[in-house]
Amino acid sequence: MSADASPGSHHHSQAAGLFGSVDDVTEKLASVGYLASTAVATTVFLADRLGKPLLVEGPAGVGKTELARAVAQATGSELVRLQCYEGIDEARALYEWNHAKQLLRITAGGAGNPATAGGAGNPATAGGAGNPATAGGAGNPATAGGAGNPATASHREQGWSDIKDDIFSEEFLLPRPLLSAIRRTEPTVLLVDETDKADVEVEGLLLEVLGDYQVTVPELGTVTASRRPFALLTSNATRELSEALKRRCLFLHLDFPDADLERRIVLRRVPELPEAVAETLVRAVRALRAIQLRKAPSVAETIDWARTLLALGLGTLDDDAVRATLGVVLKHQSDVRLAMRELQLD
Amino acid sequence: MPGVPDHLVAFVTALRSHGVAVGPGETVDAAQVITALDLLQREQLREGLAAALLRRGGERAVFDSLFELYFPVATAATGAAEPAPLEEPGGDGVSELRERLAGLLADDADGPQLRALAGQVLDVLGGTTGAGGAARWSAYQALDRLAPQTLLAQLFAGMGSRPAEGVTGELARREVRERIAGFRRLVEAEAVRRTAEQRGRDAVARSVVPRPPEQRDFLSARSDELAALRRTVSPLARRLATRLAARRRRAHRGRLDLRRTLRASMSTGGVPVRPAYRRPRPSRPELVVLCDVSGSVAGFSHFTLLLVAALAEQFSKVRVFAFVDRIDEVTELFAPGAEQSGAMARVFGEADVVHSGHSDYGGVFADFLTGHAEVVGPKTSLLVLGDGRTNHRHPESGALASIVAAARHAHWLNPEPRTDWGTGDSAALTYGRVLPMHECRTAAQLADVVAGLLPV
Ligand SMILES: Nc1ncnc2c1ncn2[C@@H]1O[C@H](COP(=O)(O)OP(=O)(O)OP(=O)(O)O)[C@@H](O)[C@H]1O
Ligand SMILES: [Mg+2]
Repeated sequence: MSADASPGSHHHSQAAGLFGSVDDVTEKLASVGYLASTAVATTVFLADRLGKPLLVEGPAGVGKTELARAVAQATGSELVRLQCYEGIDEARALYEWNHAKQLLRITAGGAGNPATAGGAGNPATAGGAGNPATAGGAGNPATAGGAGNPATASHREQGWSDIKDDIFSEEFLLPRPLLSAIRRTEPTVLLVDETDKADVEVEGLLLEVLGDYQVTVPELGTVTASRRPFALLTSNATRELSEALKRRCLFLHLDFPDADLERRIVLRRVPELPEAVAETLVRAVRALRAIQLRKAPSVAETIDWARTLLALGLGTLDDDAVRATLGVVLKHQSDVRLAMRELQLD
Repeated sequence: MPGVPDHLVAFVTALRSHGVAVGPGETVDAAQVITALDLLQREQLREGLAAALLRRGGERAVFDSLFELYFPVATAATGAAEPAPLEEPGGDGVSELRERLAGLLADDADGPQLRALAGQVLDVLGGTTGAGGAARWSAYQALDRLAPQTLLAQLFAGMGSRPAEGVTGELARREVRERIAGFRRLVEAEAVRRTAEQRGRDAVARSVVPRPPEQRDFLSARSDELAALRRTVSPLARRLATRLAARRRRAHRGRLDLRRTLRASMSTGGVPVRPAYRRPRPSRPELVVLCDVSGSVAGFSHFTLLLVAALAEQFSKVRVFAFVDRIDEVTELFAPGAEQSGAMARVFGEADVVHSGHSDYGGVFADFLTGHAEVVGPKTSLLVLGDGRTNHRHPESGALASIVAAARHAHWLNPEPRTDWGTGDSAALTYGRVLPMHECRTAAQLADVVAGLLPV
């Protein structure tokens, strides 16, 4: 049984095929500065090979976002990023019609006069068609067109259907990350970052897009990916994502790296740090993680700590150095106090 | 590998019987994973199967235990050198094995050597005779005789060159403790592996591999399981809080704020492209908790109080009263800034909750009504935590009813299985007629109940 017996080759002809083997993932990622654990390398390989999105869940600062960046960089793909937040909607995630431009076009078309259209280039004039009360009506193109045009009804119909075809065309479309990623013909890594911050409704959208890698824009038709992007979703697990979305993905619980890997990560990110200091630093961070703190330090904090030691010119991590810099790794004052006591620094 | 599909199905079945929800889709993914990977790379296989079969981080411990059983290291591939035989075959071997272990731990030896020693420890110290005279392996017996934890002092002394004070010493101590714990796990895993060889892995999977902590019954969990569980409080609280925030948003969305909409529309030439909504801030309720902290339900109470503390922001005010057969306020001990690790011990040290030592629900409710009635008012959500076992004293459900009547909402969380309610000295059914009572045997169940009760 070997890699070339992969089901990816017949089931998903569009699977990305960015990597030849798990070891290849490890090497390629290392070449751009990302040091992958076996779990990371294996799941990245499988996501690529099986053509499935990879859902990466884990605490803050363990390298979830960075992984997507590294995959993109290592494979010469472009990174398309959808940053999720509370209240993000289809218009921000998938596509939106350029209303302002459409309004301009309508006003211009309604006047039936290119010269006026030029004048309408000033948004104030375009909207100026109405005080706010009628502005609602402007949202309804038929009225808007009619308002500006005293011509006959049939004339009006004709004019409106032309305008409608026109304003719902490519020119007025604002593609957002999901649509952009699907339409690209070059290698693409689609990062859906902090998925758990988005409302549940957005998951339905992700399901649709990541299920078939196609999207229907009612006015334009269905867009199908000609080349399937490598999709990576991250989550801090502040809420459970829906079962349906999880089932569509391969799942990677990214936890703190083991001591050896973390030491290598620190040295990679802060090469000036003496190796012996890196080792003590990582041991100390691991001890801190074993204490019941409100916020355990992550890899990002280990790196910050290393940089701080360097900046302060501290050549060893002795008691005084820890006392002086513990605030860099621990954000809560109560955590600092607890850690001081647990590490015998009182 | 012959029979891989059957093997995979057996593995999936074992996962399911341990509460990991694996559907047919996941099983198909796992089969694809198997064809895409090099099966000789065992760690890659482990991670690949985990990626296909698991959907949450908490399931990993169960997965790993079962993976060891269903995809064991080929014995030839462990690389474990045959350990040297004991030098004094006459003795019990304890001191010699302890010496060897101390040596390996001091050198921070790697896996194969420790695994070989774990096997030897089982051979020499862990053999017992099971039913019908068959040989059995007991990790418990072996570790009890070896007593590796007592090597700590010796190991610290051996690190003589390093300073024992301050950070450096403390780090070393913690690491040695961690290495000893790691060795215990090796011995336990080896015993499981051998037992599986004898009795078949499906039987072992059923009896030996523990369920994930959030599915363990509070009332029967061991202290280390409860400790593991307590570490899940803050992520759980965060999840509940976000879920709640989403519910609040949905509940309060929708009222158009005309003035703000029009103001915003000025920038789009008067076209209201982005309507603005009004977001009223509802006043949050006050929470009052009455909590049985007696030994029988302590694991449940402790977890729930930590959860309440972590959710404090959801309430305008939280007050906590603890009791066994007396009731006293312990709000400060569970305040958000307070240090939570020793809170339960301090309840007994600093508060007046014990008189005779056995829970007296009735007496406590009556006392609360006379001593603290003003605490509960029309903005109060009341939560009672306990098993409702009165030790055959009067339940005073009338007193409880008066307290409940003063509150806006009231709920009782009971860690006992519903089937036990009302048996023996349990007044759960009586109390259940006064206020809604919810079964909260496990952390998972508790989380669901609490999610439903949180104020919108
Ligand atoms: N395996 C790794 N190799 C190299 N650098 C790493 C690795 N893991 C983490 N880092 C570094 O750790 C830092 C934090 O990573 P990142 O921002 O990707 O975390 P995150 O998991 O996305 O966190 P958040 O949930 O807060 O967004 C970055 O500086 C990144 O470079
Ligand atoms: Mg991130």
